[in-house]
Amino acid sequence: MTGTHRSHGHPIGKGARLDALMAELMGKVSGICKGRGGSMHLADQSVGIISESGIVGGGIPLATGCAFSAKLRGSDQVSLCFFGDGAVNQGTFHESLNMASLWKLPVIYLCENNGYAMITSVAESHGQPDIAIRATGYGMPGATVDGQDVRAVFEAAAQAVTRARAGGGPTLIVANTYRFDEHNVGLITPGPPYRSADEVEAFIRDRDPIRLYRAVLLGEGASERSLSAMEEEVREAVKQAVEFGLQSPMPHPKTLPHFIFSSPPSNDGVSDTHKGICSNGA
Amino acid sequence: MEPDVRSDAAMAHTHVRMSYLDALVQAQLEEMDRDQRVVLLGEDVAAHGVTRLIERFGKSRIWSTPISEGSFTGLGIGAAINGLRPIVDLAGASFVYLASDQIINQASKLQYMTGGQIDIPIVFRCCMYCLGSEAAQHADRPYPLFMNVPGLKIISPTSAADIKGLMKSAIRDGDPVLVFEDTRLWPVVGDVPVDPNHLIPIGQADVKREGRDVTVVAIAGAILPTMEAVDALGKESISVEVIDPRTLKPLDDRTIMTSVAKTGRLVIVENAHRVCNVGSEIAAVIAEQAFHFLKRPILRLSAPDIHVPFSPSLEKDFYPTKDHIVAAVRRLI
Ligand SMILES: Cc1ncc(C[n+]2csc(CCOP(=O)(O)OP(=O)(O)O)c2C)c(N)n1
Ligand SMILES: [Mg+2]
Repeated sequence: MTGTHRSHGHPIGKGARLDALMAELMGKVSGICKGRGGSMHLADQSVGIISESGIVGGGIPLATGCAFSAKLRGSDQVSLCFFGDGAVNQGTFHESLNMASLWKLPVIYLCENNGYAMITSVAESHGQPDIAIRATGYGMPGATVDGQDVRAVFEAAAQAVTRARAGGGPTLIVANTYRFDEHNVGLITPGPPYRSADEVEAFIRDRDPIRLYRAVLLGEGASERSLSAMEEEVREAVKQAVEFGLQSPMPHPKTLPHFIFSSPPSNDGVSDTHKGICSNGA
Repeated sequence: MEPDVRSDAAMAHTHVRMSYLDALVQAQLEEMDRDQRVVLLGEDVAAHGVTRLIERFGKSRIWSTPISEGSFTGLGIGAAINGLRPIVDLAGASFVYLASDQIINQASKLQYMTGGQIDIPIVFRCCMYCLGSEAAQHADRPYPLFMNVPGLKIISPTSAADIKGLMKSAIRDGDPVLVFEDTRLWPVVGDVPVDPNHLIPIGQADVKREGRDVTVVAIAGAILPTMEAVDALGKESISVEVIDPRTLKPLDDRTIMTSVAKTGRLVIVENAHRVCNVGSEIAAVIAEQAFHFLKRPILRLSAPDIHVPFSPSLEKDFYPTKDHIVAAVRRLI
């Protein structure tokens, strides 16, 4: 799986350790990337997350490459590639979808279409705003699903996985969703508002995927008590993760040169003269 | 930073106090007023402090682009070839990598490869972020890479007056100019000439502080800790001359050499990574052409050859600080 700057939830879905994710957000040494990656770059190779790209569109070729490798090695792995509506305007999207289609690669391109890239709406940045039909141009199926509907997303993804494993190649799924907060928390944009307060409010009120799914489960006979217990369990897990992060130490400055290379040419990967601030090594 | 020392009364009509960012916007506003061919392209332009420009010039001159750096940069280059004078705002300097093929393989080369038939009057804005846990994909300072490319001019002004004068020169220039702004300079306030023809020539360094003992060349955002260090050293009666090249390409070697001839000691401070950075170039030029003036070895302070870490504990001392600069200068005395 590859993610984006917004992929805080995806690693949780893949089963990454909550405490290590939280510690990473805090820049701690116990973080999933040892405090080197941070908020926009949560990767956990142990559960199959190879990277989350801060460069918009940066992960799309990587996911395609993982699928390429899976195919060549004859593995049944399927690559899952998350990106936003803004990212589909990067060349990497078009070039990757073409190769994936050409070589029938086992990859799912999952566009989280929240309607905006920072403050620019899809209408203001796409000549043709139906993202799913771009798939047609590359000869792969493209499906639009309600991204606030957990089961709809699951079903679309499951179908794409089956297709990929059967050698049918890639699928583009566009999950329509919404950003409840600003692009990043606390971001203030000058000038006239780019979206209406009513729009935001309506989405939060009526289209919260967790609340929607809760209602579905209740309707199907789940008890209020079991759901509340589950929510309490999650709250407790998050609390513990925060506690873990707070208790963890920051990385020691001496470890700054770590992880530049997997096989350091010398001494932690960085020659002495290049390690420090000053050219004489001091 | 030290404000310009001129009499208040004399400056009242000729200058106005404003921030670096306001001066940058003012430069664009004046040039867009002056020349209809100047247009602005970039992502989320309204989010990046140019609301004033949008209000004044509207959407026919200010274009909010899709997230397509490679191609909107190329589109800007094409438009420049065909009669416009675009300012392409690439926002974060780390995104310039996506645009770099068009900048390097097209913009920098077409004048040459067409035997001088094609002019490319275009400006690329690249903002450098640091010390805010941006992590390695949002915090690069890639100007040394572009210095290695013929056909590009590169500016990195550090004061409000300088960014105004140099940005205006860049917009009026007939060739591709890259502007590298350290975003920590945005709020720095200074006296800025109101004259709409206040231009600072590309390729001219400025002596930001005169001194006798040591020459410190400070690049872009490194001017901030440098000035703090110089103030502290002044209290120990160590007199430092501070030079801001303002333009990284072409470098004003003369001004640096003149200073080194006086002090015999040179420290270069910058935030780019160590290997093949501006300091390497300046050190080489001084070693080649002014070796006889040097009383001590040249020292370079820079970011190490390591990616920018996310964790605040690692980023804190990642770039040269006041203490690093003080220590380096003392070592040469
Ligand atoms: C190559 C590149 N250009 C610009 C940016 C700045 N930027 C970060 S996120 C973003 C918007 C992305 O929009 P979208 O793909 O829709 O994802 P969303 O934030 O809506 O989840 C932009 C322009 C970046 N990080 N990388
Ligand atoms: Mg979006």
